[in-house]
Amino acid sequence: MQKLLNWVDERFPLTASYKAHLSEYYAPKNFNFWYFFGSLALLVLVIQIVTGIFLTMHYKPDGALAFASVEYIMRDVDYGWLIRYIHSTGASMFFVVVYLHMFRGIIYGSYRKPRELIWIFGVIIYLVLMGEAFMGYLLPWGQMSYWGAQVIINLFAAVPFIGNDLSEWIRGDYVIGDATLNRFFAFHVIALPLVLLGLVAAHLVALHEVGSNNPDGVEIKKLKGADGHPLDGIPFHPYYTVKDILGVVVFLMVFTSIVFFAPEMGGYFLEANNFIPADSLKTPEHIAPVWYFTPYYAILRAIPPIFGSQFPGVAAMGVAVLIFFALPWLDKSPVKSIRYRGPKFKIALTLFVISFIGLGILGILPSTPVYTLIARILSAVYFAFFLLMPWYTKNDSTKPVPERVTK
Amino acid sequence: MKKLLFMLLALPAVALASGAAIHLDHAPVNLHDQGSLQRGARVFVNYCLNCHSAGYMRYNRMQDIGLTEAQIKDNLLYAADKPGETMQVAMRTANAKAWFGAPPPDLSVITRSRGADWVYTYLRSFYRDDSRPTGWNNTVFDKVGMPHVMQELQGHLAPVYRTETSEDGKEHHVVDRLELVKPGKLTQAEYDALVGDLTNYLSWMGEPAKGDRMRIGLAVLLFLGVFYVVAFYLKKEFWKDVH
Repeated sequence: MQKLLNWVDERFPLTASYKAHLSEYYAPKNFNFWYFFGSLALLVLVIQIVTGIFLTMHYKPDGALAFASVEYIMRDVDYGWLIRYIHSTGASMFFVVVYLHMFRGIIYGSYRKPRELIWIFGVIIYLVLMGEAFMGYLLPWGQMSYWGAQVIINLFAAVPFIGNDLSEWIRGDYVIGDATLNRFFAFHVIALPLVLLGLVAAHLVALHEVGSNNPDGVEIKKLKGADGHPLDGIPFHPYYTVKDILGVVVFLMVFTSIVFFAPEMGGYFLEANNFIPADSLKTPEHIAPVWYFTPYYAILRAIPPIFGSQFPGVAAMGVAVLIFFALPWLDKSPVKSIRYRGPKFKIALTLFVISFIGLGILGILPSTPVYTLIARILSAVYFAFFLLMPWYTKNDSTKPVPERVTK
Repeated sequence: MKKLLFMLLALPAVALASGAAIHLDHAPVNLHDQGSLQRGARVFVNYCLNCHSAGYMRYNRMQDIGLTEAQIKDNLLYAADKPGETMQVAMRTANAKAWFGAPPPDLSVITRSRGADWVYTYLRSFYRDDSRPTGWNNTVFDKVGMPHVMQELQGHLAPVYRTETSEDGKEHHVVDRLELVKPGKLTQAEYDALVGDLTNYLSWMGEPAKGDRMRIGLAVLLFLGVFYVVAFYLKKEFWKDVH
């Protein structure tokens, strides 16, 4: 065995990679609850790819056959219902995990120097994930698939001058049809997953280059022991692998509870209207995107049209997502972690969380004058969190950061 | 506030109901009651399957509700030759459109899109309305294209109107309640039970794997519970030298 390993190692850095990324990757010893979500995101990615492969074996990307092929999977394919529910639940849980992972980054300042690139790769992953989820949602070819895609693609039509041509180019037709379904299938099963895997690799390589942040925002590489390893670091394997198994088991309990006992999640993961085949002549009464897009959808609806053009709303929605890229440069605080920050940041963050969740709820509800007013206020809070950040982080009172990590 | 709460709780239902909220009766769905499912299957084949298909449902799947293949073949197989076939109808879409205004929808997943309560209430809410081409209307689905197929069982209901004044001061006649004007073969309670069985069957047909799902789910959670204990002590053992 050792001889075989040596043979491989002379030709490929197997042992070296294993050491660099697992057995001798030193991670801070004080990771808490929030640090489970990175590895969980990776787990969900694998779940989605594996279940997706099996779904592709039976699914038919054809306007006349797609809906029926999904029901075929649900009824006639052995354990097809299980594979499909895991995949549909996985889509929503991916966003649950990614939102919590991003929140972790914000509270502990994980995007700060020297981890800006990790954050940027992460935001790109988030963007690609949104595209992946959006295109995947068209594939069951139900009414909500169809009309949800219709609403989103029509957003591109709001772009001045080239809008109509642009949305037509995306659809490949004057309306959403077979051409749209086929290209979304291609993007969903191969193009975007490839990009996603590459980005995840880059995200991890960048992380392992600079080392993990931690709840104290202390750089553990500054203090090293006689053996050359960080005093506050422990090898990722076995310490964090066994700890992550614990996180994985708890996560799977939640995940399988949804898959087996409430796969529709009361209409939030699988919408009732999506059990009606797509019909280009019947517009549903109320079209709402899936829950993970609703904060941005609420921002879109909150911005009033200017000269009859919806473009400002569309632009605001785009900026609301892209503004995450600027976070490392907007934060001027001398400390990273929320543990040592002052009240101004804590208040701003609380308001931001309220606005994000509030907008998410409003994006599901039909718009009324009162809701629109609330959505406008919350949109202002959302943007203020980012745009005022240089000011409130610089002038905030901070506590002294310890040399070593705390419990 | 109450409206907001209602919206949050009943979002899928709200998305479907056309505007105003309609009161829906609670459907007596019990997927473990095989007798009810079998009675519902018979009603479905006799009354629904003439116009409505269930194109994703195979006849022999009814073995899951306690019927043998011979029973299915002898009693339920009118529109197909082999029990492995799906539940199709002979009526052509173009004809259906001409007769009813819209082709009758496929019923395979009707309870998943409309909800069991909606189906249960709808099938008990047909009333006489001479202004409609079929002579029938429905309090749950206004101007419905479908006639009351089970009128010989339920009998004829006629509406009792009340006058309501809307915000702009106009007066409207709205259906207050329905009254039995011509009795059918069944009493009200018997008809409700029959529709209850049918709704139960439709719910089962919407997702025949649901029973398996629940059973496997319990086993999976039990396994994860045991695995958690193992993982917990494994982690504790490894981490005891980290201070």
